Amino acid sequence: METGRFHEKYAEEIAVYGTPYRRIWILAVLAVTFVVVPLVASPYWLVVLTLVGIAAVGATGLNVLVGYAGQISLGHAAFAAVGAYTSGLLVSRADAPFWVAIPTAMVAAGVFSLIFGLASLRVKGLYLAIATLAAQYIVQWILSSWTWITGGFQGIVIFEPIEIGPFDTTTPTGKYLLVFITLAVVVMFVENLMRSRSGRAMIAVRDQDIAAAGSAVSPLRYKLLAFFISSAIAGLSGVLYGYNAGLVSTEVFTLALSVQYLAMILVGGLGSIPGSILGAAFITMLPIWLRDLLPAVGIELSASVEVHLLTMLFGVAILLFLVLEPRGLYGLFRNIKDYFRMWPFSY
Amino acid sequence: MSEFTQLMVSGVFTGMLYALLALGFVVVVKGSGVINFSQGEVVVLGAFVVSWLLTDVGVPFWLGVPATVVVMMVVGAGIERFALRPLQNESMLALVMATIALGSIIRGLVPMIWGDGLRSIPSLIDQRRYEWFGISIPTITFWSAVMVLILLGAFGFFFSRSRLGLAMQAVSDDRVAAQSLGINIRLVNAVSWAMAGGIAALAGYVWGSLLGVDSRLVVLGALIFPVVILGGLESIVGAVIGGIAVGLVESLSAGYLNDDLGAGFSTVAPLIMLLLVLFVRPYGLFGRPEIERV
Repeated sequence: METGRFHEKYAEEIAVYGTPYRRIWILAVLAVTFVVVPLVASPYWLVVLTLVGIAAVGATGLNVLVGYAGQISLGHAAFAAVGAYTSGLLVSRADAPFWVAIPTAMVAAGVFSLIFGLASLRVKGLYLAIATLAAQYIVQWILSSWTWITGGFQGIVIFEPIEIGPFDTTTPTGKYLLVFITLAVVVMFVENLMRSRSGRAMIAVRDQDIAAAGSAVSPLRYKLLAFFISSAIAGLSGVLYGYNAGLVSTEVFTLALSVQYLAMILVGGLGSIPGSILGAAFITMLPIWLRDLLPAVGIELSASVEVHLLTMLFGVAILLFLVLEPRGLYGLFRNIKDYFRMWPFSY
Repeated sequence: MSEFTQLMVSGVFTGMLYALLALGFVVVVKGSGVINFSQGEVVVLGAFVVSWLLTDVGVPFWLGVPATVVVMMVVGAGIERFALRPLQNESMLALVMATIALGSIIRGLVPMIWGDGLRSIPSLIDQRRYEWFGISIPTITFWSAVMVLILLGAFGFFFSRSRLGLAMQAVSDDRVAAQSLGINIRLVNAVSWAMAGGIAALAGYVWGSLLGVDSRLVVLGALIFPVVILGGLESIVGAVIGGIAVGLVESLSAGYLNDDLGAGFSTVAPLIMLLLVLFVRPYGLFGRPEIERV
């Protein structure tokens, strides 16, 4: 009887398709995401899933930093803002095509974040969280007071639609496809990063920085690399936000959004890509559930109270998962799956 | 010149109030080693509690402020008991994340209880300004600064002389060693969080009187970090020096740079200072310089 999966070779450890079934599962997920859902889902669900996808991109990026490199960022909303404004301004002012603007925006977000990374990652400890908190406030101030950058009233920048095959990004299907194609690329990148030397070096630095340094793995270098990648992906999620909403304004990228990203990866599961996506779905759907469920039980909330309630619930979610299930929803899922794999003889 | 002196003097006095904010943070670092991202929110909670007691309930000042201190000490101890103790054997990442979560909870809870409007704290001293040699200081700032100095002295004495204070420092230095010497870690952690709560109540009273009580006060939480990074995360003297530096940076940039760089630059200037300090001297002026550069 099967008692579990045991790796005998290193290649088995890092294999993407650990079991033959995994290949089928991945193909099935891709087919459902890119063929079934766009054909079947109602426009309402396409919109909701698009929001989940945008959040999942940002959460996957943040998980590289928190889950793999063991550092906290409170400034991912700020880096998303840098990405969104860079691409928006490049397209609207310099008439750059999107395939130039989007990579430039990612690099801009990554390079901008390095200022804060270089200041704080040279020493041991969680100083990055402090430096990125400063980044968050500095970016919010720049957006609100340097109107010559952001341009015009409340810093609104318009995003020109992109065409994807027969769809363009003014339609729900086009937005959905743009976001989920991007998410697929990001997931593939991060999955492969973790199978590479760099990814393993990040985990080594997280778990035992002294031992890592002793094995010629420079902690500063890999913490900075994780932070750069993570912020660039955050910038990408800012760009997607812009294409989805059609414009960005200064009030979107607040500290609350940064905390929301942290809530996503903690709820979903630190250091796990499916976890990031599950967490992004949970945190994005929470306001929707609240809006639908609370009136059903006879509680009517005004819009401002709802915002405060959500702020509180995100904190409660982080705390509950930290205490009760540190491996997040994905860990919970794995536990249940392992239980039933050997049922009724599980031990 | 007189404008410069005025800005310097008011910077120093405001700096003492920043030191009060930072003191609550420093006490937690000293007692448990946790970088606390919720101290700003706890201060806001303290400001709302004191304003509610003094205006809505109508408690007199001499009872209201001590009552707030007691309430906030209970809140602080409660935070330790219910949010941090379950995580006491987890990594520092989990503890810091828990304080970020707590901050978010308080940020949401406070306006749900007391609404979004601006509240005020009835002032004990009338809203005058002291004038000396052409320099004017609001009375509330002056007396708060005096109170902060006394408080800082008392805490400095507590940490360097009393048994409990020394035990707290031992715990932050090395948990396991402290525990094996018979120090009650739970007691030490609970006391440090209770102290942070009590200090937050006073800080909330002072800052609330100065700026009005409103959820925008949470920005003060971000200004704790320039103070403690410059001063050193666990130094009380450092908190004073850092506080004064932040007060000066804020006051001078409000006086000279706000017009050129855009409104609100004075709030961001201390954060830029924070980055510069991290580049040059990441453990601060009075922090323990044993930094592991790995």
